[in-house]
Amino acid sequence: MYVAVKGGEKAISAAHQLLAEARRGDPAVPELTLAQIGEQLALAVDRVMTEGSVYDRELAALAIKQARGDLVEAIFLLRAYRTTLPRLTVSQPIETERAAIRRRISATFKDVPGGQVLGPTFDYTHRLIDFALAAEGGDLPAPSAAPLAEAEAMPRVSTLLGQEGLIEPNPTDEAEPGDLTRDPLTFPANRALRLQNLARGDEGYLLALGYSTQRGYGKNHPFAGEIRIGEIEVEIVPPELGFPIVIGEITVTECEMVNQFKGSETAPPQFTRGYGLAFGEAERKAMAMALVDRALRAEELGEDVTAPAQDQEFVLYHSDNVEASGFTQHLKLPHYVDFQAELNLVRRMRAEWGQPENQSRAEAAE
Amino acid sequence: MNEPQTPTQEAGGYNFAYLDEQTKRMIRRAILKAVAIPGYQVPFASREMPLPYGWGTGGIQVTASIIGPDDTLKVIDQGADDTTNAVSIRRFFARTTGVATTEETADASIIQTRHRIPETPLSEDQIIVYQVPIPEPLRWLEPREAETRKMHALAEYGPMYVRLYEDIAQYGRVTTAYDYPVLVNGRYLMKPSPIPKFDNPKMDMNPALQLFGAGREKRIYAVPPHTSVKSLDFADHPFAVEQWEQNCAICGADDSFLDEVITDDRGGRMFVCSDTDYCRSRQTAKAAE
Repeated sequence: MYVAVKGGEKAISAAHQLLAEARRGDPAVPELTLAQIGEQLALAVDRVMTEGSVYDRELAALAIKQARGDLVEAIFLLRAYRTTLPRLTVSQPIETERAAIRRRISATFKDVPGGQVLGPTFDYTHRLIDFALAAEGGDLPAPSAAPLAEAEAMPRVSTLLGQEGLIEPNPTDEAEPGDLTRDPLTFPANRALRLQNLARGDEGYLLALGYSTQRGYGKNHPFAGEIRIGEIEVEIVPPELGFPIVIGEITVTECEMVNQFKGSETAPPQFTRGYGLAFGEAERKAMAMALVDRALRAEELGEDVTAPAQDQEFVLYHSDNVEASGFTQHLKLPHYVDFQAELNLVRRMRAEWGQPENQSRAEAAE
Repeated sequence: MNEPQTPTQEAGGYNFAYLDEQTKRMIRRAILKAVAIPGYQVPFASREMPLPYGWGTGGIQVTASIIGPDDTLKVIDQGADDTTNAVSIRRFFARTTGVATTEETADASIIQTRHRIPETPLSEDQIIVYQVPIPEPLRWLEPREAETRKMHALAEYGPMYVRLYEDIAQYGRVTTAYDYPVLVNGRYLMKPSPIPKFDNPKMDMNPALQLFGAGREKRIYAVPPHTSVKSLDFADHPFAVEQWEQNCAICGADDSFLDEVITDDRGGRMFVCSDTDYCRSRQTAKAAE
């Protein structure tokens, strides 16, 4: 005799115990520390901070540890924590021109004031598995490169182009940008909100969308005008003081794309901009974001909106991996009531299928 | 209701019902607006919850913003109290609020549900909170939100009737078995969430307040008590609910939604109530006779 399935509660507890064991792995292997994750899996921490929208290395490292290295799950953990925090203030705009530069390159000019600084990059490495890394305890040789000379001014490449009027000016909107975590997205969304959405958006998704613009789906002729990675101070103006004070330092990756534009009835031919910014070292993310930002400006620049990357609703509604992952995986939840309703319907339709009365209707409909 | 409540012991430093009081206020405002305009989807600043999107975050936020220490909560999924996700959500509220929970429909002041409306009729002092995956009834006809909002503003529901008509012309019936579209208070087209259409008539003139939360899509809507909820149909093709040739194999009910249970690999199957509380209460009543 069938009895209704019971024991969901016990099963869940048991599953969570198994998860805890799986997370720890073989107890003979030393447990990961947050410092190890933060120092040696730094780029994973950067991604989790960026898409989790919280600049806190230690918390992001903890989320990665708790999520067994599943970065989307770690982002989810960080977001669920972030949502409980009060929103205290809005910082002053950060001025990346003043960043302490770790890396700065331009693909549009061979040399630029301040120079090209490669910094710690995977670029130009040969992607050969380094078996020496498998052995532990190897000490690094002392760095041979001289540290970067201090205080050489590094004006932005776009600023240099702007002096000739060859590139559109940056928007001068002084209004405080909206906050996607406090107000639901509505359409059309302004650029500040779009950038906010893209900054939190899934790196893989933005990469594919950005890539699609390069392959002809909304082509916008990009050049990597400038990529810079550096440390920058964040300032706020407490109302009781009335002047800015520094509350901390963050590392950011910024990408300014320079895109060709043939001009329209209202604007002369000039270069246009796509912008990307991410916490930590996240060059792929920042570049993809800049491509998609530019693609989403199609309407404003009078270009035809034909490709997915140019479609605001399509891009912005599907960029968030916490939303997408949750909804995709909700298909694991029981659906047997709906399925039963469908089952009943299909059975009835099958019973009628092929009956003479039904055939004549099918013919009539054709 | 607006007084900040003391953090509960169990949830380690989180506020009562997880959300902070400012967020609850924002959600309550959205709920009030939703109640004032039955069936209208109110955008709200949905928060990330510690449960995944698509797993009831909208319903959880609505429940979190209306629940108080004196409430008694029931959570069901597929009509049952003991499905894993219902257990998880009930446990979440037990942990973050410490309120009493129940499996008995009549004892609950708040019922959070996914995919069913209990068979036991609801009363005026109850609130039912639906978890909603896709709130927009016109979504499969028009993917753009900007466009569907316009269609609602103009009550431009012709395309939905055309779709239903095409079903009838092609298949002899409307081929929507769940999440069957309804018109609320004669004005707004509404998705009832993926309940089987069997449950649609229960929404009409229901004395309980019905609240709908869609977390990922950031929408809240409502059907106030004693409000008309009409399933779309045509005069010559009236709306009808599904029927079974069997009764519940456990309690014998002939008026409840039945789940099909496959009992062996030789085609053996039986039909049992999807509403576990209803089935149990009928068994208890029978045993008492």
